[in-house]
Amino acid sequence: MTTAKADPTGVEQGDADDRRGWHFNSLLVLTLLLLLGFQLQGPIRQALSAPAMQNWMTVFVAVVVQALPFLVFGVLLSALLAVFVPASFFARALPKRPALAVPVAGLAGVVLPGCECASVPVAGALVRRGVTPAAALAFLLSAPAINPIVLTATAVAFPGDPEMVLARFAASLLVACVMGWLWHRLGRPGWLRPPAHPSFEGAGRGAAFWGSVRHDVMHAGGFLVVGAMAAATLKAVVPAGWLHTAAGNPVVSVLTLGILAVLLSICSEADAFVAASLSQFSLTARLAFLVVGPMIDLKLFGMQAATFGRGFAMRFAPVTFALAVLTSALAGTVLL
Amino acid sequence: MNRQAQAVLLFLVGGAMVFAGVTDLSLRYVKAGLRPLLLVAGVVLAGAALATVWYELRATREREHHPHPEPRTSWLLVLPLFALILLAPPALDSYSAMRDGTALPPPVGLPALPAADPLRLTVVDYADRAVYDHGRSLGDRPVEITGFVGFDHDGTVYLIRMLLNCCAADARPVKVGLTGQIPPVLRPDSWLEITGTYTVRQTKDPVNNATIPFIEVKEAKPVPAPAEPYESLG
Repeated sequence: MTTAKADPTGVEQGDADDRRGWHFNSLLVLTLLLLLGFQLQGPIRQALSAPAMQNWMTVFVAVVVQALPFLVFGVLLSALLAVFVPASFFARALPKRPALAVPVAGLAGVVLPGCECASVPVAGALVRRGVTPAAALAFLLSAPAINPIVLTATAVAFPGDPEMVLARFAASLLVACVMGWLWHRLGRPGWLRPPAHPSFEGAGRGAAFWGSVRHDVMHAGGFLVVGAMAAATLKAVVPAGWLHTAAGNPVVSVLTLGILAVLLSICSEADAFVAASLSQFSLTARLAFLVVGPMIDLKLFGMQAATFGRGFAMRFAPVTFALAVLTSALAGTVLL
Repeated sequence: MNRQAQAVLLFLVGGAMVFAGVTDLSLRYVKAGLRPLLLVAGVVLAGAALATVWYELRATREREHHPHPEPRTSWLLVLPLFALILLAPPALDSYSAMRDGTALPPPVGLPALPAADPLRLTVVDYADRAVYDHGRSLGDRPVEITGFVGFDHDGTVYLIRMLLNCCAADARPVKVGLTGQIPPVLRPDSWLEITGTYTVRQTKDPVNNATIPFIEVKEAKPVPAPAEPYESLG
């Protein structure tokens, strides 16, 4: 397996703290930071009292609070996979040939009842457990879009258009499989550089389990915060009037809602309701919103970069976006 | 960030989640149904923090642990902690409601109304019956709806409720115009309990051209903001 190789640059950066002359004690810094925040809460509150700032913070906190439980769920599941499921299980469960393993893994996404925040750490654990990256990536893309919770939410949000559920399922699964096959054909192992993951060989199972939970939450959590800040900024900055203008042109509208899905970073369990409310857009454009959102958005990009390395995310994200928009346009024309 | 600092941060974030879930604080940001998940997630995070401390203590006693560095982005987890506990931003108000067009979802079905007087309805339910049913199920019955006040550029007064599906990031306003005996002095974002009747008057939201129904106000009573500021569809 080529993917588990440690990323030497990442380790060096982090270790620099300990090697410098003065001892950088992060616990001390954190304590000071917390005390400072507590002492200055009056002035900070005053500085952020404008309605635009208040609404920005509300959306920021909302995205984090809403995503954290699902992130924790995914992290727990990934720790369970890493510690209690032997690597040989995946070798037996998935077909030997990667070309066949991809659709099987894509369909297996049906069983992960969560949103995209849960699927990233699980896919990371699968790769570390020796699953072909192509298959793990198909799972990563399909799971947040085709699980029963999300499909039910879609059916509830579009009571008059049951074919929307079918279109979402088919388009998402197709994109996931094609991305998996593309990775199998064109992907180079060197692109996939997961930051050094602690190996808990020799440690007890409890230590390995909690170590994995702590590690994954600290890694993905920081990037979740970045994504939440970006999403809150865009919600505060982009005027809703623009959308109205874009809805007129069929091509522009599909592209607009694809981009909007990336920028808004809404949880895949809720995005169907938002799509339903964008009623000035065609069903095909709204399908693009539902297919793109669970596969790639700002907070997902951050979390993918944290789990699989920045070089991977920079290549993977644009291709996923383009393929998801094209497939939605195609599926929308055929099915809707 | 070393492991001790990570444990402290994890514990505080977990504690903040539990605090938000136990109090009404979380209702400003996410739907009530997520509360149990918040509690579980908070307890797991706090548990991971305690486990980290426990294994750190044992590891230093047994052998020197090779420190595994975490990325600097982990420090960003301090921000939501500050925002949630120290600042606790308010629920979305008329500022974001008036920037966004009214987003009234078509009703799944309109069940028969109970015989109460006045009839208590959610803002969404009233607007649905007024727009999609043209007030047939309402007739002249006095209805009671609660929401906050927002003003248009041309001075039209709306009673607004934000409709939530999961969290405040997907919240969209549902607006009902006020006509009739509107109180002479109204501040935006003040909460009102309106008793009134259906009127055929309608207008178009300037933001997205969607239909906004009106209500003929008979009585408007200022009320404190409810614990659950958003409405959701089940």
